[in-house]
Amino acid sequence: MITALLLFWPALAALLVLLIKGESAKKVAFVAALIEFAIAVFAISGFDARSGSAQMALTFPWVESAGISFSIGMDGISLLMVLLTTFLVPLIVLSSFRHEYKNPNVFYALILFMQTGLVGVFVALDAFLFYFFWEVALIPVYFIAAVWGGERRIQVTFKFFVYTIFGSLFMLAAFVYLYLQTPGTHTSDINAFYQLALDSGTQSWIFWFLFIAFAIKMPIFPFHTWQPDTYTESPTQATMLLSGIMLKMGIYGVLRWLLPVVPLGVSQWAELVLILSIIGIVYASVIAIRQRDLKRLIAYSSIAHVGLIAAGIFTLNEQGLQGGVIQMLSHGINVVGLFFIIDIIFSRTKTREITSLGGITQNAKALSIFFMILLLGSVALPLTNGFVGEFLLLSGVFQYNNWFGAVAGLTIILGAVYMLRMFQGVMFGTKSEVTENFADLTLNEKAVLIPLVVMVFWIGLFPNTFLSISEPAVINLLSIINR
Amino acid sequence: MTSIILLSVFGIVNLFVGFMKSRKILMPLALLFLVVVFGVNLLSWNETQSYFNNMLTMDNYAVAFTGIMTLTTLLLLPFSQRYVDENDSNLAEYYSLLLFSLVGAIMMVSYENMIMLFVGIEILSVAMYVLAGSDKKSLRSNEAALKYLLMGAFFTGILLFGIVLIYGATGTFNITEIGAAQIATDGVMSSMFTLGLLMLIIGISFKISAAPFHFWTPDVYEGAPTFFTAFMSTVVKTAGVAAFFKLMTAAFAASYAIWFPTLIAITVLTLVVGNIGAVVQGSAKRMLAYSSISHAGYLLMSLIAFNENSDSSILFYSVAYSTATVAAFGILQMVAHQRGGEEYATFNGLGKTNPLLAFAMTVSMLSLAGIPLTAGFFAKFFVFTAVAQDASLMWLIVVAVVLAAVGIYYYLRVVIAMYMQPAGNYETIRVGSFASFMLIFITILTILLGIAPALVSNII
Repeated sequence: MITALLLFWPALAALLVLLIKGESAKKVAFVAALIEFAIAVFAISGFDARSGSAQMALTFPWVESAGISFSIGMDGISLLMVLLTTFLVPLIVLSSFRHEYKNPNVFYALILFMQTGLVGVFVALDAFLFYFFWEVALIPVYFIAAVWGGERRIQVTFKFFVYTIFGSLFMLAAFVYLYLQTPGTHTSDINAFYQLALDSGTQSWIFWFLFIAFAIKMPIFPFHTWQPDTYTESPTQATMLLSGIMLKMGIYGVLRWLLPVVPLGVSQWAELVLILSIIGIVYASVIAIRQRDLKRLIAYSSIAHVGLIAAGIFTLNEQGLQGGVIQMLSHGINVVGLFFIIDIIFSRTKTREITSLGGITQNAKALSIFFMILLLGSVALPLTNGFVGEFLLLSGVFQYNNWFGAVAGLTIILGAVYMLRMFQGVMFGTKSEVTENFADLTLNEKAVLIPLVVMVFWIGLFPNTFLSISEPAVINLLSIINR
Repeated sequence: MTSIILLSVFGIVNLFVGFMKSRKILMPLALLFLVVVFGVNLLSWNETQSYFNNMLTMDNYAVAFTGIMTLTTLLLLPFSQRYVDENDSNLAEYYSLLLFSLVGAIMMVSYENMIMLFVGIEILSVAMYVLAGSDKKSLRSNEAALKYLLMGAFFTGILLFGIVLIYGATGTFNITEIGAAQIATDGVMSSMFTLGLLMLIIGISFKISAAPFHFWTPDVYEGAPTFFTAFMSTVVKTAGVAAFFKLMTAAFAASYAIWFPTLIAITVLTLVVGNIGAVVQGSAKRMLAYSSISHAGYLLMSLIAFNENSDSSILFYSVAYSTATVAAFGILQMVAHQRGGEEYATFNGLGKTNPLLAFAMTVSMLSLAGIPLTAGFFAKFFVFTAVAQDASLMWLIVVAVVLAAVGIYYYLRVVIAMYMQPAGNYETIRVGSFASFMLIFITILTILLGIAPALVSNII
């Protein structure tokens, strides 16, 4: 029941927000998002962390004649993803308080509406329901990015939309095929999909149908071309939603709908995916070093980080998978924080060019500290959240193949290079014209950054809080894959 | 059957009402007629009955499609507000011709004898030839009517020739008996039979604007007054596809091996021509014309799947496609008429000036593109599921999927124009109250069917 509440509350709230004219829409949206977070926290209390199967489940027929049911529930991995979503959305709403968007009621309604889609993706236990929410999450963010975005928003978001839909239609085709392979009166229930023992030739092409959808969403090299432009041109809130949460839909999709459904296909292609991911890590890192626009730099760094997560997951060992799950949380927190700081800098200086910034530390002590912590989390310094994830992921990749591990390990060095270079250019050195009178953080900005920084340390110091939630689910997943 | 009689009577009554001074009453009256027909039609649900020595059969298949086509006409009618406002002296004739052509459409979904199929197609088409040219002072409208008439007459000839050859080969016009004749000979038929079948396929393909018999479609759809284009691309297409499927299942199921390769080629070609053709159009109306070709392709996909899911997937697709298309053409007509022009740019800033129109148009476009939360998604879903039953047809789904992604490109262009381009000098568009009501109804229906498809998906 609580899962259904988590799912529908944001959509209801969105309708409510839509009715509110003027600036108070943002406050209502914030309160609604906070309530959603409270529901998610409350859900932990009813969660049995020792069990690896889906809990708090709810099923009723949706398209009865076709065997499609509205079936939702959460295991440890879903719960963590729902927590991440519900934790980030209020902060994303709060981070927008500094802006005056036109038609605020529509803007915030779309954010809340998207949250329903996101939560739906993470709790769906039926293939078509999953696909349904997958697209439902896309439509609002497309409109947010395309209506409230920057100058080139129309072409850029257009490419993003067509590209991702193109991928997901292949997923739909694969689901239709799998659905028709289920015995008896067909069903699209996830457990029925897990029990399909298809021959390896079929699994081989199904793998690509599903993988292309997830790879575009993540994005994995070479399916990433939509991402830097879209991140740069979207309004900050859309960028946060895309990078902080939506990207995780792709990884979650791999965990839930790719690995256990076509294990033979995965074993055929895992090596290729690892190679692609590792190429992506190095390629995106090198490009990130050359970027002068802050938003683009973080966009490329995101491709590198996701590359490592994908590589870790496709090693199919427990370290890799656990690392992937924890790194999804860490990446979500860090990237949202970094995009927010860039937004703060941009709104005060009207520029994102590293070369025209500098010397911000002298005026803004608090900003510098928060920036540094998030940045160190992102380059995986021990005691921060990034370290836990990257350590587990890299140890997973090393178990798979030492050479792969060595190359993937470059991410730590290259990440430090571009991140510290950026920090140096923006924060240190002499003040430029635009940073002459740089004001330090306001209360509202601190209110967004403090929870994020707390999570950086929490995951960095006590990763077991989160690892123990996902562990039974990961073990369960592995047992299905290795069956 | 009652619906055919009622529609004919109502059509004539309508003509007489047209003599009265006040034309304001015409639209409400026609709406009332259609509501009555819709209701009366539903009464024959589960009461299969055949008429006129087995010339027509009203079974659930016929009742369901009659219901859809009546509903579509009902939804479409308020968009003729323009003619009411302009006090068009021919309004009564327009409505009567629509009602008469609906009679033809109903015969096309309930025929039991190929003569009735032919008569139905002709009743429908002759009315459409007239209506396509109803804008008498417009050169384009005249051109459309002439083109449609000449091409239509030519293909009707081919269709009739096909019927005659089949008669020559089997000695009957009755579709069940034609089916039985093939079973009697184990599907081995004379070349006369094969040629006749091929001609039938060509004739009907023309009516549903399937490629390569689609060349008339963009020109006629563009030239005809938008209100009638909407009727052509919804009711006429639904009737055509439903008749086609009925023909194939009842009469030619045993000759599956003969027509399957032909139809699969037509389907793929239709999908490609429709989707790629729509991409390069500069006018929204021409884009919708090509989009209607592409949707004929998706409908044909569930026809060639040819299994127990085909009929219900054609039905659901027709509902989703018709409702969205009615809204799209209806809005296009109002926008084009009041702003002058049918390009994408005409829609600029509609989200600001007319939020309701823009939202209804967005939902329709997303539905035509097949995005979840709209009926169009489940329509495509049911088609794909029907086709995928035969695993060797997976390649066809892949082709359709790629082309559906192409489709998103051109549908989204309208949405982008409405929400992301400034309105400039454009003013708010006046929308009649009937039309607003219907748009709200269509939008709710489209979203409702996108959430609860079971309402329609398993009625037949």
